[in-house]
Amino acid sequence: MRIGLFATCLGDTLFPDAVRATAILIARLGHEVVFPPGQTCCGQMHVNTGYQREPVPLVRKFAEQFGDPSIDAVVLPSGSCAGSVRHQHPLVAERYGDAALRDGVETVRAKTYELSELLVDVLGVTDVGAYFPHRVTYHPTCHSLRMLRVGDKPLRLLRAVDSIDLVELPEADACCGFGGTFAVKNADTSGAMLQDKVRNVLSTGADACTAGDSSCLMHIGGGLSRIRSGTRTLHLAQILASTRTSPHAFPKTEAATR
Amino acid sequence: MTTTARETVLGRIRDALALSGPEPAPAVPRAYRTGRSLPDRERLDLLVDRLVDYRATVRTCTADRTAEVIAEALHAHGARRIGVPAGLDEAWLARYDGEVRRDDADVPAPRLAALDGVVTASAVTCAETGTIFLDGSPDQGRRALSLVPDLHVCVVDLSSVVVGVPEAVARLVPERPTTLISGPSATSDIELERVEGVHGPRTLDVVIRTDA
Amino acid sequence: MSSTFLGMPAAPPRSPYGTGNLRGERKFPKAAHDELRNEQLRRNLRKATHSIRAKRLAVTSELPDWEPLRDAGAAIKAATMDRLPELLEQLERKVTEQGGTVHWARDGVEANEIVTRLVKETGSDEVIKVKSMATQETGLNEHLENQGVTAYETDLAELIVQLAHDKPSHILVPAIHRNRDEIRDIFRSAIPGVDPELDSVPAHLAAAARAYLREKFMTVPVAVSGANFGIAETGTLSVVESEGNGRMCLTMPKTLITVMGIEKVLPRYQDLEVFLQLLPRSSTGERMNPYTSMWTGVTPGDGPQEFHLVLLDNGRTAALADRIGRQALHCIRCSACLNVCPVYERAGGHAYGSTYPGPIGAVLTPQLAGMDAAKNDPNSSLPYASSLCGACFDACPVKIDIPSLLVELRHQHTEQARATAEKLAMKAAATVMSRPGLFTAAQKAAGTGGRVVAGRDRKISRLPAPFDGWTDTRDLPAPPRRTFRSWLASAEGAAALRAAAEEGARPGADTVRHDHEEGNR
Repeated sequence: MRIGLFATCLGDTLFPDAVRATAILIARLGHEVVFPPGQTCCGQMHVNTGYQREPVPLVRKFAEQFGDPSIDAVVLPSGSCAGSVRHQHPLVAERYGDAALRDGVETVRAKTYELSELLVDVLGVTDVGAYFPHRVTYHPTCHSLRMLRVGDKPLRLLRAVDSIDLVELPEADACCGFGGTFAVKNADTSGAMLQDKVRNVLSTGADACTAGDSSCLMHIGGGLSRIRSGTRTLHLAQILASTRTSPHAFPKTEAATR
Repeated sequence: MTTTARETVLGRIRDALALSGPEPAPAVPRAYRTGRSLPDRERLDLLVDRLVDYRATVRTCTADRTAEVIAEALHAHGARRIGVPAGLDEAWLARYDGEVRRDDADVPAPRLAALDGVVTASAVTCAETGTIFLDGSPDQGRRALSLVPDLHVCVVDLSSVVVGVPEAVARLVPERPTTLISGPSATSDIELERVEGVHGPRTLDVVIRTDA
Repeated sequence: MSSTFLGMPAAPPRSPYGTGNLRGERKFPKAAHDELRNEQLRRNLRKATHSIRAKRLAVTSELPDWEPLRDAGAAIKAATMDRLPELLEQLERKVTEQGGTVHWARDGVEANEIVTRLVKETGSDEVIKVKSMATQETGLNEHLENQGVTAYETDLAELIVQLAHDKPSHILVPAIHRNRDEIRDIFRSAIPGVDPELDSVPAHLAAAARAYLREKFMTVPVAVSGANFGIAETGTLSVVESEGNGRMCLTMPKTLITVMGIEKVLPRYQDLEVFLQLLPRSSTGERMNPYTSMWTGVTPGDGPQEFHLVLLDNGRTAALADRIGRQALHCIRCSACLNVCPVYERAGGHAYGSTYPGPIGAVLTPQLAGMDAAKNDPNSSLPYASSLCGACFDACPVKIDIPSLLVELRHQHTEQARATAEKLAMKAAATVMSRPGLFTAAQKAAGTGGRVVAGRDRKISRLPAPFDGWTDTRDLPAPPRRTFRSWLASAEGAAALRAAAEEGARPGADTVRHDHEEGNR
């Protein structure tokens, strides 16, 4: 298959390792990775903050970049961005777009998937041949869980990883408190939610907390980093891309050299 | 001409509906369970399970033992003076040796506080939720009667027990004052911890007649 | 004037500014900031919300038709709104036929005046009340007090709140923010003649309330209630409760006055078969609440012989006028959304400043009372008081899409606002991001800048306003030197993808197994 990769603005800029792992994983599974160079941002932050006119060019850009019928599916290593494309782009196009945009959005949203959906539903694979000999706990992320309804697909992928020590995260389905600009506008409440999430992550004794969304991981990771915990955050793609031949190497940090 | 509040509110609603779009709501899907039936034994077991869960006292008997079991229930709670609805079957109290006052709508409701308990029949009962429906029929009396005294002995005939809420609602007469009772009064207002017994009867004793 | 006269529908008014309890004094972030520092409050809320969540899940998951029930509930409510004028007229006709009197109130002020007049007509200067969100919303108790009428709240939690001169913080359990020891202290100091040795065992506290209110139930000749449902087809009204205080208020007095929001009407008596399943399981997590009362007008010889129904607008028609927002009127006040909300759990109900807290309050309050009625209207902060986690949507028994409503209200707020700094920044960000060349340049700048700020440990620990809230409790990683797109365009990127493709294609080691071959697991 020809699979369009949308890096997301956050992934491209701040978390390139997660996107790189997504690309490598897809290539390893025998599919062609297509990266339309004009891609930027899905506009989720705009819509979630109350702005629906401003992201119209972003919605249009996404539809143009991935509308190419030779692209069979589009993958986003982010549950919330995939949710935005599937649920918010039609809203923006309906309200502030033209007929062409509405058609474009409809075409592209129908073939847009979050990573675990692409792997399990489209490519029909749960064992991707990964190897990850570490203790891992999984945070499901709200938009993957309740907007996209990915269910246990990410966990099925993780359970199939060779040598992984997967431990259940207590109160896993609770929000980490990120919520985009919520973490800034309501920083105190967000911080209180994060505090509980971090406590639950630490209680698992995991080497890494993983999720399918770099934004939530940035938030949880920010909390773990602040208390100088040795637990890191790692995108699901990075675990699935790790193999015996090229195992994931944790970068050395001051906390990790305990 | 002054516009009444009624005209204003109805006018606003019509305006609001005109503004919020004329798309008519789709037909109501009623795919939930209705018209269920279960054998007597299963309805009885389900009902008893629910009532016990609410911490109601449950007694089962055949109709010929009604008077005996009612007397037993009243004695068990030490009720010496009870009220009954005007239309309650006299034979039901044949074995009770305490004082019985037949209710009369002319008696001010606060006087009912002098009673230790009340015995009533019931209209319908929903097994799945353990809910007894009283509808003010002559053998159930006015609402205050089954409310003010601290003990309510309620007779439920198994033939009036239906499986679920839809089956029960279908049997009701809307115009009658109807009270749904699911266990004794309770509150969860303190730390969401359930406590039985606030303003309604603190004790609910249900006598289920399995052949009636 | 209405469309009947002019042919052009007019936007209905919100609840009048400065009346009732639909607006707090502070914006949500500020109020939450203070509430979050109350450790006792946070412990109380956590304990209560977590225990009710487990109960609700247990009783909703035992019904195999829970989802069909939700679908039916949502559809009945949507259909009701479409037919609201005729249904209200039908309800009015039926209630009147059965001996009741129907009043209409454009807003809370008018409702308060009607109720006060009716109470005074009974000659009583006391009234007993069963918990009612509508009269809490209109500030009826305060109005009655000003008019020399004493209102006794009879719901245990409402009583606690009233005795403590406090405000409700939850729809179902208004005193959820109080624990047993606090309640004991409130009772000891505020209930006349209470046992000074009263302890904090919940059963003993409930008994103290019973003793205190018993006399009121037996003597006060007029009661005020709300209504959970009003059936247009039959004129039947219904109150769903637990303690029996509802039964007392609806049965013992000579006069009953019920205040009901116009959106509480249901078309048919049969519809109760849906809502009597949805409401108790969603609210208290019980298969059925202990008591539900249903009455139709006046019944000779049974209960109040005088019955008044007050139908309240107070901004509901303004909400109804919004294509998306009107869904909030479907709410049956179960409070399941509060109990699952991570924001409510931390900040508590008072932070919302309204009778309606939590997720539903965040979408209902701004629609009833407006969010731009004043400069820096506190209500304008409510749609942002959510991380959009979606737990409320899943819990809602009538499937109100609260996250989408929040996003919609945020949009309405930004549309009403003039050129704020945020709006300019959003516009600028969109402009940059819609031009890949500019975007790449911005990535470079942010990367360089970020790495400078971060310093050697590659993390950013302090940001300037308005982002300083983030760095109060969390770090931000410094942007790496290389973006994904520059890696992909590099020889290294191309080689890595080629190597991955080769690794996957290599026979033997680490081959990928497909579900198609091994069947679904």
